[in-house]
Amino acid sequence: MSMVPTLLSVEGLTKSYGGVHAVRGVSFELRAGEILALIGPNGAGKSTCFDMLNGQNIPDSGRIRVLGAETTGKKPRVIWRMGVGRTFQIAATFPTMTVRENVQVALVSHGQQLFNLWASTARHARDEAGRLLDLVGMGAYAERPCGELAYGDVKRLELAIALANQPKLLLMDEPTAGMAPRERVELMRLTARIAREQSIGVLFTEHDMDVVFEHADRILVLNRGTLIAEGSPEEVRGNAQVRAIYLGEGLLYDARHREGASA
Amino acid sequence: MAFYVVQFLTGLASAASLFLVASGLSIIFGVTRIVNFAHGAFYMLGAYVAFTLTERFSGAFGFWGGIVVAALVVAAIGVLVEMVLLRRIYHSPELFQLLATFGLTLMVEDLVVLIWGPDDLVGRRAPGFKGAIDFFGQNIPSYDLFLIVLGPVVLGVLWLLFQRTRWGVLVRAATQDRDMVAALGVNQKWLFTSVFALGVFLAALGGALQIPRDAVNHAMDLRVIVEVFVVVVIGGLGSIIGAFVAAVLVSELNAFGILIFPKISIILVFLVMAVVLIVRPWGLFGKPEAPARRTPGLTVNPWRPLTANERLAAIAVLIVAAALPFVAGNYLLTVGSEIAIFVIFAVSLHFLMSVGGLASFGHAAYFGLGAYGVALLAKMAGLPMIVCLLLGPLLGLVGAAVFGFFAVQLSGVYFAMLTLAFAQIVWSIAFQWVSVTGGDNGILGVWPEKWAASPSHFYWLSLGIAALAVVILRIIVFSPFGFALRATRDSPLRSEAVGINGKRIQWTAFVIAGTVAGLAGALFAYLKGSVFPDNMGISLSVDALVMVLLGGVETVSGAVVGAIVYKALSIWLVSQTDLSKLVLGGFVVLIVVAFPKGIVGTLEAFMHRRRKSSSSASSPLLTSRIESAE
Repeated sequence: MSMVPTLLSVEGLTKSYGGVHAVRGVSFELRAGEILALIGPNGAGKSTCFDMLNGQNIPDSGRIRVLGAETTGKKPRVIWRMGVGRTFQIAATFPTMTVRENVQVALVSHGQQLFNLWASTARHARDEAGRLLDLVGMGAYAERPCGELAYGDVKRLELAIALANQPKLLLMDEPTAGMAPRERVELMRLTARIAREQSIGVLFTEHDMDVVFEHADRILVLNRGTLIAEGSPEEVRGNAQVRAIYLGEGLLYDARHREGASA
Repeated sequence: MAFYVVQFLTGLASAASLFLVASGLSIIFGVTRIVNFAHGAFYMLGAYVAFTLTERFSGAFGFWGGIVVAALVVAAIGVLVEMVLLRRIYHSPELFQLLATFGLTLMVEDLVVLIWGPDDLVGRRAPGFKGAIDFFGQNIPSYDLFLIVLGPVVLGVLWLLFQRTRWGVLVRAATQDRDMVAALGVNQKWLFTSVFALGVFLAALGGALQIPRDAVNHAMDLRVIVEVFVVVVIGGLGSIIGAFVAAVLVSELNAFGILIFPKISIILVFLVMAVVLIVRPWGLFGKPEAPARRTPGLTVNPWRPLTANERLAAIAVLIVAAALPFVAGNYLLTVGSEIAIFVIFAVSLHFLMSVGGLASFGHAAYFGLGAYGVALLAKMAGLPMIVCLLLGPLLGLVGAAVFGFFAVQLSGVYFAMLTLAFAQIVWSIAFQWVSVTGGDNGILGVWPEKWAASPSHFYWLSLGIAALAVVILRIIVFSPFGFALRATRDSPLRSEAVGINGKRIQWTAFVIAGTVAGLAGALFAYLKGSVFPDNMGISLSVDALVMVLLGGVETVSGAVVGAIVYKALSIWLVSQTDLSKLVLGGFVVLIVVAFPKGIVGTLEAFMHRRRKSSSSASSPLLTSRIESAE
């Protein structure tokens, strides 16, 4: 593992609103190809943390580096150009365009063609857009209007858009929120496969513990703005403090999980 | 010193009416999220009705009773308007609401002339406040003192109404989250209606109280609505305190602006507004709005370039249009040139508004700048026509670059109001800077050179440039830039997250649209042989909006069709009736309510439905996928 380079390094991230410390001294690292989950109860500071990582919020102090380059306080569009893709809790796509055009816009931006007033976009990176759509299993829907898609498909399209700049790091805010159970599993399997194949690091927040424990290589637990635990799924599940604060002591979860594992 | 005190008090007195109208607009916006363009019309109606009543009934009771009854009568009219018209468009995109209420304004302007005649009406003085008070040798009308007291009193009454009554609590709740209020079982229909009635009552009262100070006339609606927009933008839409403070600020700026900068008194206010908007885009007392839930569009059909056949058809239409000089007389050719010029103007606004999602209510500014650019170059520098046509629109470009930079910092109704205000700045410069622009008299004698002077030649020139403008803008729509612009419109969040600098893209689009509008204005100057401040007036901006709307906001080529139909119709209307505004306003309201997709949009929807029903056998799989979504 030590040969794998550090992709994302966060040091002492801190943000407060008035007297409330939303995030306090959060530090962690993420390696290429690793899938890292950020969990915690509501109000733990997950979203604040996430927004600082992708540039929508500026930290009071602390440093964020992606592949050694400082991204702290930079705008989302700048961070994207440094190789960070992102998906939103409520999928953000371009509803008045076709599925293929959605991906083409991201490719146009990646190719620095945004101020090209003359070329035809339809021919721009058509095949590459098709390849990305095939990758997420949306190839057959390329010419469909995005506004007509089922929500699960919109999520997959959003993933294709996020992959358009060949990111090194993918930030996914509650990737399976609002999806049917079967779709959740499909989307996370897909994400995990792509991450492994292209050795992309993935950081995601999630409330669905089935998703977290099945797909995360490592888990960070946030409570009241500070990291209270960090480790493999087994370590986190066994952590008494995490159980007390977040997971609860119920036997149901363990039982169901064991059942699932044996099936 | 005493003089300045009196000037200050005059400003305070003017603030009272302005505050009444602005608070009404603010209250209505807070709850219904409609920016009621017709608010000025209700203000004007209040003044006219009060004039009639105070003339009919004598004595103090007749006067004061007349003023209150006038406001009540107009409020009743407002209720009618709300129930018949606004209830149908609460869920329409905000652009449609602005347009519908503007249509109302146009209708009221003609109705008022029809009922009360075109002349200014001077009402009687207020009983009990006829005299003036001596203040160190300066006279202060006692009615002004009454108004100075009235403003804070109304503010206090409104405050009590909103803080101490159950109705007021509901209104405040609805201002914060109307969906939640509806979910709690409040009858929203009547809440909206009563709020609208109160807002209109305040506007009409503001108008009625102006009788002893100013003559009543049929242009007072637009003058007040521009000032009120400025007030609510500075104070913050939805804030009553903000409306009060801003009304005082604006009135004082007006009162002292005339002393300090007599030439540019109007500009001072707009400059202050621009500064406020840049520092606090939500106004001094407003709250930053949560990113608006995107109003779902009318259709989701993705745009596509013309097919080979459609391209041939377009060329065929162009050839037919080019053959017009062989069959038509000079008058028809002049009309044809004007239509071609307005096609250019309409497609330039369409580019900004449909492709960019930025509905400008002051697009005429750039049209007018292009026209003045040509006039100044031709008359002062004496440059040849070709050079003027190429350089004139650059004035539109410069204007769009300066104003557009500020305007794209905002969106939605704030963008609409700011562009309107900028257009008024440009208009006032043209109007007041007499030594350069000729003021109200305009610049005359801007005639085309010999090669373009004959109606047929000028028609061909206009048609050719129009075709070129349409083609170039279409190419840009489907270029990477066009997609980036649409992406920014569709989802600012996603476009930023894929590296698109939305503001810069929108600014560029604003400059492109302004330049093309300037080109239209440049041709227009040569067509008419003159330029006037009205070439950049509000009504011209609205003409352009209506053209785009009529053709279909959500189509690629609707503006072309809209411009042709609207321009032909309005030229014909003006020749047929004296009540062209009434008909036009009714027409606008009708489109918004019954026909929101416009001509081209409706046709496209019709074709789409036919294509779908013919291929429905092949798509059961797709429908099942969509059903499984929820």
